[in-house]
Amino acid sequence: MVGLSSKSYELLSKIATNEKHGENSPYFDGWKAYDRDPYHPTRNPQGVIQMGLAENQLCFDLIEEWLKKNPKASICTPEGLHQFRDIANFQDYHGLPQFTSAVAKFMSKVRGGRVKFDPNRILMSGGATGANELIMFCLADPGDAFLVPTPYYAAYPRDLCWRTGLRLIPVHCDSSNNFKITREALESSYKKAKDDNINVKGLIITNPSNPLGTSLDRDTLKSLVNFTNDNNIHLVCDEIYSATVFDSPRFVSVAEIIEEMDDSSCKKELIHIVYSLSKDMGFPGFRVGIVYSYNDIVVNCGRKMSSFGLVSSQTQHMLAAMLSDDEFVDNFLKESSRRLAKRHEYFSKGLEEVNIKRFPSNAGLFYWMNLSSLLKEQSFEAEMALWRVIINEVKLNVSPGSSFNCLEPGWFRVCFANMDDETVEVALNRIRAFVIGKEKTTKNNNRAKKNNNVVEVKKRWQQNLRLSFSSSRLLDHHETVMSPHILSPHSPIPASSPLVQAT
Amino acid sequence: MRLLSRKATCNTHGQDSSYFLGWEEYEKNPYDKVKNPNGIIQMGLAENQLSFDLLESWLAKNPDVSGFKRDGKSIFRELALFQDYHGLPLFKKALVDFMAEIRGNKVTFDPNHMVLTAGATSANETLMFCVAEEGDAFLLPTPYYPGFDRDLKWRTGVEIVPIQCTSSNNFRITESALEQAYQDARKRNLRVKGVLVTNPSNPLGTTLSRNEFDLLVDFIKDKETMHLISDEIYSGTVFSSPSFVSVMEILKEMTPNDAAKIWNRVHVVYSLSKDLGLPGFRVGAIYSENDAVVAAATKMSSFGLVSSQTQYLLAAMLSDNKFTKKYISENQKRLRRRQRMLVTGLQKAGIKCLKSNAGLFCWVDMRHLLCSNTFEAEMELWKKIVYQVGLNISPGSSCHCSEPGWFRVCFANMSQDTLNVAMKRVKNFVTDSTGAECGSSSACFTKSFSNWVFRLSSRDHRAPEER
Repeated sequence: MVGLSSKSYELLSKIATNEKHGENSPYFDGWKAYDRDPYHPTRNPQGVIQMGLAENQLCFDLIEEWLKKNPKASICTPEGLHQFRDIANFQDYHGLPQFTSAVAKFMSKVRGGRVKFDPNRILMSGGATGANELIMFCLADPGDAFLVPTPYYAAYPRDLCWRTGLRLIPVHCDSSNNFKITREALESSYKKAKDDNINVKGLIITNPSNPLGTSLDRDTLKSLVNFTNDNNIHLVCDEIYSATVFDSPRFVSVAEIIEEMDDSSCKKELIHIVYSLSKDMGFPGFRVGIVYSYNDIVVNCGRKMSSFGLVSSQTQHMLAAMLSDDEFVDNFLKESSRRLAKRHEYFSKGLEEVNIKRFPSNAGLFYWMNLSSLLKEQSFEAEMALWRVIINEVKLNVSPGSSFNCLEPGWFRVCFANMDDETVEVALNRIRAFVIGKEKTTKNNNRAKKNNNVVEVKKRWQQNLRLSFSSSRLLDHHETVMSPHILSPHSPIPASSPLVQAT
Repeated sequence: MRLLSRKATCNTHGQDSSYFLGWEEYEKNPYDKVKNPNGIIQMGLAENQLSFDLLESWLAKNPDVSGFKRDGKSIFRELALFQDYHGLPLFKKALVDFMAEIRGNKVTFDPNHMVLTAGATSANETLMFCVAEEGDAFLLPTPYYPGFDRDLKWRTGVEIVPIQCTSSNNFRITESALEQAYQDARKRNLRVKGVLVTNPSNPLGTTLSRNEFDLLVDFIKDKETMHLISDEIYSGTVFSSPSFVSVMEILKEMTPNDAAKIWNRVHVVYSLSKDLGLPGFRVGAIYSENDAVVAAATKMSSFGLVSSQTQYLLAAMLSDNKFTKKYISENQKRLRRRQRMLVTGLQKAGIKCLKSNAGLFCWVDMRHLLCSNTFEAEMELWKKIVYQVGLNISPGSSCHCSEPGWFRVCFANMSQDTLNVAMKRVKNFVTDSTGAECGSSSACFTKSFSNWVFRLSSRDHRAPEER
């Protein structure tokens, strides 16, 4: 850790002083620029727009309306106060029965009612962050490994490895076949690990995928179940984005695959699901993480471990009421999907206008963009250089593909569900202008010829934005590059937020 | 190849211990004044249920908070999105002020040195991850909270080596006991990373004396990689003298030279589960002047943050200084009254308690009721108390007490009526059992007991979290 005295290294543990929390990776560096200079439509229109945060802000109005109509869901309102003491006192790690039932029902609805979940298999944890760490503590010992297809969520090294002592073995997926997870890729990584005497305990996938924004097709999912079953290793499916599927193909959960296969052909006890309400409902602040395991020993042990990150009973109580309201949930899921689809489409069109290649997606809160045509060379250094320009000059905080362990340079994840329509427009304007500006400075005639309409677009937008891009600036930026720091990677409170005002 | 991890299949979590076994019996047959007047009364649960009315009346007077509103404007969205592991600034400020108030404002705390965690359970585990390696050891005075086996050891791989305290001096920490523990650790080839004390003590209900503080400080002062962790979760439950002295006060009083040696190795753990009676809300905290510890613990808190809606609610409540002042004093008054009731009730049955000035329980001396001075006899007596007397209390062995015959009995998690019923039952039991035969049925007892333990430990207990 930068800035630690040598004394700290003696005084603290290795875990506390190593870098395995990963917070010095560039994924988090972009925050600093945003923190220093956050965009605001009136107060700071030239500020950095946050597009590195996979949040779902599209449906709060629906929830606020429900809360207004359901004061009993709060233990602090006159209508709900009589429940205060029982709820405040409740710390049973089985969770409030009405909460686990409601979550089980919600998870089932998200999967179109095609599967049922047993509330007794639901374990709570401190967000999906806590859930992922918890399941690893249950399944593997320090030094063991988990396979994970690339590209993958930037914080997996922290969540899966930091305190558990595990290691991640990437499974190579690339754009040549749309980042498909092939049996060959799995076998290859698995074999290599075994040859290196690494004890592989399982495979972890995120479905729908972060950062790809796609849900796995049934055949691929089945092949993953077969692969892990055949090798007697675990399969952990992080389905945190399951309700963000807004387009076909419809979401297929591993739970469905299990139901289809009979007991003799599927070793259920090797399969575990991680879930959370942070993305589907937009509640990252409420820290609702779930581990659902088909393995009785894991449920038993995991339940004890959940003591380290139980969901606040106040929150359990509120969500139990909300998620048991069938009418509300049905409407919410439908409307959320619709709004995500709309936002996705609008953003798509914007990117299309400037020929930005993007990965066709049907889920998630982000786009996987390909900007390799804008790289000086096809290298990760060039990707980082481009990224710094995007942050410092285009004033967008996006996430470089390398932070997701993508094997090819030039990919970027850009989030679109954490802002209002106007901000989307501003962001798109900036992207358009940047792309056009960049293309203007390249000596590639082919590109210039290809996009006649780009020149048209440029005329329209250029006057609105100050944009400069030259290779000399690149060097300046490299020197002023954000140094690793200890800042929160989570959404900081803007100074204007009512949360920071004094009482 | 082993299918699950070692942690998943060992029992270091300690939840097969007798401490938790009593729950099963209680759950099967819980006392209810009307519906089940012969049921088992829960006295093994260190909860504070005496002052909810004060919290409820504050809530009734502050409707804005409940409606996720600030000055009439909805802040639901901001709260729902807020996951910054630095915590809600308003809440941390309110919490440090509350902690200072509990300490008579003799010390102040800097919110930037505080890390929020999901309960003290998480705080203690996180601190271990920060200051010790797998295989290192922490010294803990006995008897200690049974949950420490899970919180400090389970996933961290850290060992606990007991500092054996005895009734000969009211279980105070002595220099020789400290030294002995240190040597025991060395003999086991364990590197000692520090001492962890609970002050006020669970299960003793006493506050650390200045003499004990001196011993602890002297012990770690010149051992440069050793930490002192003070779990002050019961600090607000001190209801009579001597008044509470926090380790932070001790630090403040030290000479600059001495303080310089240890200020960055002293850490405090806190929670609102006992003082405010809110264990369900999962509000824990680590406080340290060591920036590196704060930085590392803050990152780790990602695994167990406090729900933003809970932070918000408590920020509002604890910022109300009029309220907190009244609450702290009234709560202590009620605890004192209740403790007196228990002590007097037990006295009437010829049972003495360790003199205590804090906590939600008494440390009760039932050595004279043992058939023999053994832990087997303690277990026999405990079984009698659970089954015949109908009280779930905690046997000292589950708290790693070095002497048999001591029990922790809680008094703040039930109504006054129920406590009276419990006291009557104790009196009857003692009266009836005076002159009763010891030992003749002990063989039977032992066999059926071990069958019972075997049966229970192989099932998943509905064991609530508790201390």
